[in-house]
This record gives sequence, C-alpha cells and structure tokens, in this order.
Amino acid sequence: MKILEKQAKTVDEAIKQALDELKMSRDEVEVEILEEGNRGIFGFLSKMAKIKVVVKPRPEEIAIKFLKGLVKFIDNDVKIHSSLNNGVLNIEIEGENAGILIGKHGSTLDALQYLTSLVTNRNSKDFTRVLIDAENYREKREKTLERLAMRIANKVKETKRSITLEPMYPNERRIIHTALQQIPGVKTKSIGEEPYRRIVISLG
Amino acid sequence: MIELVEYIAKALVDYPENVSVNQVEGEQSIILELKVDPEDMGKVIGKQGRIAKAIRTVVKAAAAKEGKRVVVEII
Repeated sequence: MKILEKQAKTVDEAIKQALDELKMSRDEVEVEILEEGNRGIFGFLSKMAKIKVVVKPRPEEIAIKFLKGLVKFIDNDVKIHSSLNNGVLNIEIEGENAGILIGKHGSTLDALQYLTSLVTNRNSKDFTRVLIDAENYREKREKTLERLAMRIANKVKETKRSITLEPMYPNERRIIHTALQQIPGVKTKSIGEEPYRRIVISLG
Repeated sequence: MIELVEYIAKALVDYPENVSVNQVEGEQSIILELKVDPEDMGKVIGKQGRIAKAIRTVVKAAAAKEGKRVVVEII
C-alpha cells in the first residue's frame, strides 16, 4: 500500500499537492488529516496543515488477492491471469485440478465468481463486474446451452406442446433466450422466483 | 477447512475481528460452525441465502479434495 504525507498552508492545498505528485484523482485515495493548520494572526502562531494520503487498492488488485488466497485452499498449483476492460474484470484460472474448480455445471466457478465480486465491490463506488473462467468452461457451456435450446425448440415445434426447462441461473437463461430469439415459430419466457426460475419454450 | 471458512467470512464482513469458526467432528462428516457479529449476519447469508450457498459450495470443493464431507452452519 502506498502512503504519502504532505505539509502545506491549508488542508486543501496539501491534498492538491499530494494528488499532483501521485498523478491521481481524489477518489483514488483516502485522506487522513493529521494537523488542521492555522493561518495565525499576521503570520504569527501560524501552523502548517499536515495530511496523510493512502492510495486505495484498485478493484482488480483486491479481486486477484482475494481469489488467489481462496483458490489456494482448493488447488495449490494454479496460475491466475486477468484483464480489465470497461469495468469488466475477466479472470482466467489455470490449474491441474480445473475440474474441481469448475464443479458441477460450473457451480464452484459461479461461487468463486460471486464471492470475488462481493469482496471486490464491497467498499467501492463504481461496480466492477467480475467474470471467472477456467479451461474455457464458460464458452463450452454456452455452446451446450445453445444446442439444448435448439433441440428443445424443434421438439416444441414437432409436438406443438410447451416445454419447461430445469431451473437455471440468470446468465444461463439469458443464453437460451438469446439463442431462440432469432428462431421463428417458438417463443421463450421465464416463470417462477429465483433461484428456481425456469424457462418455458412454447409455440409462438 | 477452518482457515478457509474464516478467510472467506473475514473478507466479507465489517467486523473481521468478531469472526470465529468452530469445528465439530461427526462420524462421517465435519461440521464447521461459523459465528459473526450480529450486524454482519446478512453479509455471510445474503438474499435467500445466496452468499451462504456460495461459501458452502467453495468449502465442498476444497473438502472433496480431501475426501471428507463438510457442513457449514452459520450460528
């Protein structure tokens, strides 16, 4: 953690100097006032203002640090790669036991992702979307769900009866809605309450 | 396993100093009792228990490696 102390005539002036030196904006740091400072009378008894500036860790630093510490309990030997684009933090976990890290239907991956997102955004003003993947699981799952959607859509058209899928998470439901949007003859909707919300595919 | 539950809970709550985990060995399973500050209960349970469920999922994954059944209870 980077810490900087500054003295100036006023608190505001000290903050400005510190931010100039760090080349940072006010919301990237936390400021602690050590001495308020006093202009005094005709220059007598004047006291300098003194502040301490602490650079806040960036969201991706918080995310990676937390995830590394967490994954260590499941798999000792993992590599973590990450990239940040427009407030979306993509994290890729690479390890020997990727199967355990992914879990059934990606449940462990989802849990790691959810907890990391909570910790990352706990104290921050801007929301950073955290996406965690291992062994390209997300893309493979997307393809699987798209195939499932097509298969069920054909069945609905053949039998002319609606079919209700098993409960899914919002991101998985979104993949199916999107896949079937361009397919003529069928329509999709979601029914029920989270976490048991499920998709109904029907003629339309 | 105690360290894992502690690690997650401490990262989520406002009062990490009030987090404690107690291990109770059963015949086939291990029960981990997680205790947090009353004000932090929501932070480890979440809406409809979503956070508690995520904690359990991760702990289960870590326990699977060691071939044990672990139950996490929030008390």
